[in-house]
Amino acid sequence: MKLRNAIQFTAAAFTLTLLALAAPPAISADKVDPVADEKAFKKFFYDKFPKLKPEDFVNGPYSMDADLYKQWQDKEQFPPYEFSLELGKEMFSKPFKNGKTYGDCFPNQGIGIRQDYPYFDEKEGKVITLELALNRCREANGEPAFSYVRDEMAALTAYMAFTSRGKPFNIKVPNDPRALAAYENGKEYFYTRRGQLNFSCATCHVQSPGERVRTEVLAPALGIVNAMPIYRSEWNGMGTTSRRFTTCNSQIRGVPLTPQDDEYRNVEYYLSYVSNGLPISGPGARP
Amino acid sequence: MSNTRLNKLGLIAGLVLALSIGAAASPAAAQSAAAEGQKLAFDRSKGNCLTCHAIKGGQYPGTLGPELVDIKSKYPNRDELVAIIYDETKRNPLTVMPPFGRNRILTDKEISEVVDFLQTL
Repeated sequence: MKLRNAIQFTAAAFTLTLLALAAPPAISADKVDPVADEKAFKKFFYDKFPKLKPEDFVNGPYSMDADLYKQWQDKEQFPPYEFSLELGKEMFSKPFKNGKTYGDCFPNQGIGIRQDYPYFDEKEGKVITLELALNRCREANGEPAFSYVRDEMAALTAYMAFTSRGKPFNIKVPNDPRALAAYENGKEYFYTRRGQLNFSCATCHVQSPGERVRTEVLAPALGIVNAMPIYRSEWNGMGTTSRRFTTCNSQIRGVPLTPQDDEYRNVEYYLSYVSNGLPISGPGARP
Repeated sequence: MSNTRLNKLGLIAGLVLALSIGAAASPAAAQSAAAEGQKLAFDRSKGNCLTCHAIKGGQYPGTLGPELVDIKSKYPNRDELVAIIYDETKRNPLTVMPPFGRNRILTDKEISEVVDFLQTL
């Protein structure tokens, strides 16, 4: 039953990808239906894991396995991301050389707003992620940009996620052909196989969540970005969304894009949109 | 005369030796190919079969694929095994299994060694 659902879903996804590939690059906006996508995406995961509540999905593999769940509860007593959170809080409140702060760049002084990112900027015609907005804030205030895959960026996003915990993802795809095209491009990236191992994001995180690769339990795509950034024992440190995307691409022996490349921004947009309504749980901890 | 006889004896002895080596050679070669295949199957940077399949003798197997057991009775024709490892997407476009031959993760010789190993399971 599980397998049949997976096959039906992936068959549908595959057909969509094929159609997208066969069609000319310009995607006609009337065919893109984010609302229907979100519904089908959630139904697939809810049917596959009937015992889980929707909000359980934001805890990734911990929801899939009783032993792991116990480990996670123990871990949350002394969360391994705490040092990052402390650092992020300190960085966030410390003024730049010009006297301004991160808060000045964001609505509500940057507190409790994680669930609204990424958003589509209609002026620019592109997707703006939280990591990108943070570096733009730094540059606008005369500070050099941080690496997207290192500890400083993880600390800032950890703090911003923490102040937003429990708030439901609230991603909007405006009725603008450019926004719909960005969304569709992200979706296409998500379902397209690549790398020497020939995996798409969906191969692991839609077709195989809850399954183990060696000892590691694969996380479901639903709710996966809600927990970002994450402390990973495997990394011995924190990882941003950018770090997760680039390392995934390396692990499948593909060539990672540059962090915050348009396609990565679009795939984060797609993935966040289909998790709309599920609570922010970041910063997370993962094995 | 005695030299000729000795030569003859030597020749016969040599032949016997050669034959016995020859007789032993093919199972021994197959055994070492299977042993190579097992290494490839467990090696993370090569076959890495264990990441997804439970295999006798392998620790901490993954669960994505079926357990690799009774392979010889399930796939009496080794060409079928070679084809699955070479590119399973041909048979099943939605498979998770990487196309080891098509994407040159393993050479033809390495695939053959993995098949030798699988046939011992």
